[in-house]
Amino acid sequence: MARRIRTIARYILLTAIGAVMVGPFLWMVSTSMMDQQDIFRVPPQWIPRQIHLKNYRAIMEVLPLGTLLLNSFTIAICATIGQLCSCSLAAYAFARMKFRGNTVLYFVLLATMMIPAQVTMIPVFLIMKFLGLIDTLYALIVPAFFGGAFGTFLLRQFYATIPTDLEDAARMDGCGKFRILWSIVLPLSKPALATLALFTFMTYWNDLLGPVIYLSSVENATLTMGLANLQSGVMVTRYDLLMAGSVLSVLPILLLLIIGQRWFVKGIATTGLKE
Amino acid sequence: MRPTRTFRVLEPYLYLLPTLIGLALFSAGAVAVSFLMSFTHWDIITTPEWIWLENYITLWQSDLFWEVVWNTVYFILLAVPLSVVASLALALAANTTLKGIVFFRTAYFLPVVSSMIAVALVWSWIYNPEYGLLNYLLDLFFGIRGPAWLDSTSWALPAMVIVTVWKGLGYSMVIFLAGLQNIPQDLYHAATIDGAGVWKKFRHITLPMLSPTTFFVIVITLINSFQVFEQTYVLTKGGPANSTLTMSYYIYQNAFQFFQMGKAAALSYVLFAAIFVVTLIQFRIQKRWVFYG
Repeated sequence: MARRIRTIARYILLTAIGAVMVGPFLWMVSTSMMDQQDIFRVPPQWIPRQIHLKNYRAIMEVLPLGTLLLNSFTIAICATIGQLCSCSLAAYAFARMKFRGNTVLYFVLLATMMIPAQVTMIPVFLIMKFLGLIDTLYALIVPAFFGGAFGTFLLRQFYATIPTDLEDAARMDGCGKFRILWSIVLPLSKPALATLALFTFMTYWNDLLGPVIYLSSVENATLTMGLANLQSGVMVTRYDLLMAGSVLSVLPILLLLIIGQRWFVKGIATTGLKE
Repeated sequence: MRPTRTFRVLEPYLYLLPTLIGLALFSAGAVAVSFLMSFTHWDIITTPEWIWLENYITLWQSDLFWEVVWNTVYFILLAVPLSVVASLALALAANTTLKGIVFFRTAYFLPVVSSMIAVALVWSWIYNPEYGLLNYLLDLFFGIRGPAWLDSTSWALPAMVIVTVWKGLGYSMVIFLAGLQNIPQDLYHAATIDGAGVWKKFRHITLPMLSPTTFFVIVITLINSFQVFEQTYVLTKGGPANSTLTMSYYIYQNAFQFFQMGKAAALSYVLFAAIFVVTLIQFRIQKRWVFYG
């Protein structure tokens, strides 16, 4: 009996926490389907008295939603490809090759995680300006093709757990290093690659600072930028529209979270534990 | 064809080429350029003018700079302890094998993966003084008339702290959960046999065994708190009356709104130094309280 009560108490606690963590999202969805009168009502309406989808239609008229979504997707997908390619190569070298400066380089790379983005953002902006990439999506995509501390660390840690027997056998058969990486190591590393892909996609999809610095014209804007501009413009009290836009921004990520929950968790747990 | 000797020596560097270019251009190079830039006066159009330490001296003498420093420190002092304690509590609550626990954990994780802009927008609606949810609930449960949150010079910064902590809880929770699950269960069994209660077990087993994880969470949360930007951009733009103007947003303003690149670079070095020193101090004092079993 005591055990039963404790279980129920635990569920009540978990649900209460859940209400705090998920409540704002439900409120977001609910507001996005209200009309103007329902929003400015005291006391607040929990559920729209009548479900309206017109806010979603309205936001398409205020924002070039198709363009924004396309730009956000393009940046996130291309950056993900860039990170997967560059980090998996570098991690392979760090995990499996002997060369001068292996340890030092790896340490330097990890140390870059300590550098705040604010220190590098002005010089990187100048590089992009020099390359003529300001106000193009490339400004955000290109750096992703040049490695990164988090991705390289994540993959290197994973490669280190793969037994080398298969690779040794392949080498005996005369396989080159790249062949081994491509047909043995990478297929075995799918979970780690999935983790990195999820994190990279999420980071770039959600990013606001990057787009705000590099992109200016409407054709190149991202969804996060569109939402930020909408809010700082005349729409500051149009919570119905703002919430509809926010729902659209969260939706793809929510799907990813549902599909890839365990990879998210694994990725974070790996960075949190010293191996 | 057998690979030549030269190829074998150079091969690792081929794999590392993208990373090395990235390190040289976007990290090390950028850090160096930023450093040099901090000794110049530059509006990005005319030629930069070398002015030695003037940027740093002007900052030191400016009241706004010290206000920004104080805001940043105040933000950290509120956000870090709150975040660490709350995420540990969350991890303890979620550290169970009850049915459906994965569902709960995933739900707690939702704020982490959502964009700060979406999160900040919904919170700005929740904080709305007249029609917002928060003041309604405060009135309903406690009979308190809530403040104007984001429009109040004394409440805007705590309001941003709440959003930031709430958004990051799930992340630290996952790290704490991994730490909790690494604690050997026989320690608890032995303590139970010795007649230790829940609190004693928490105080003498969980906390010491978890201290490396706690240390990591504190370091990460601190580094992130120094760099709070997007919340400010969406919620307050540094207002009202500069009460939420923190270092990171001030750097952005100087660089990309006022085009004072030299001053912004100097500020970014102040931030960098602060993060570096605080992290170093933490690694120093960790020996006194972190227990590596």
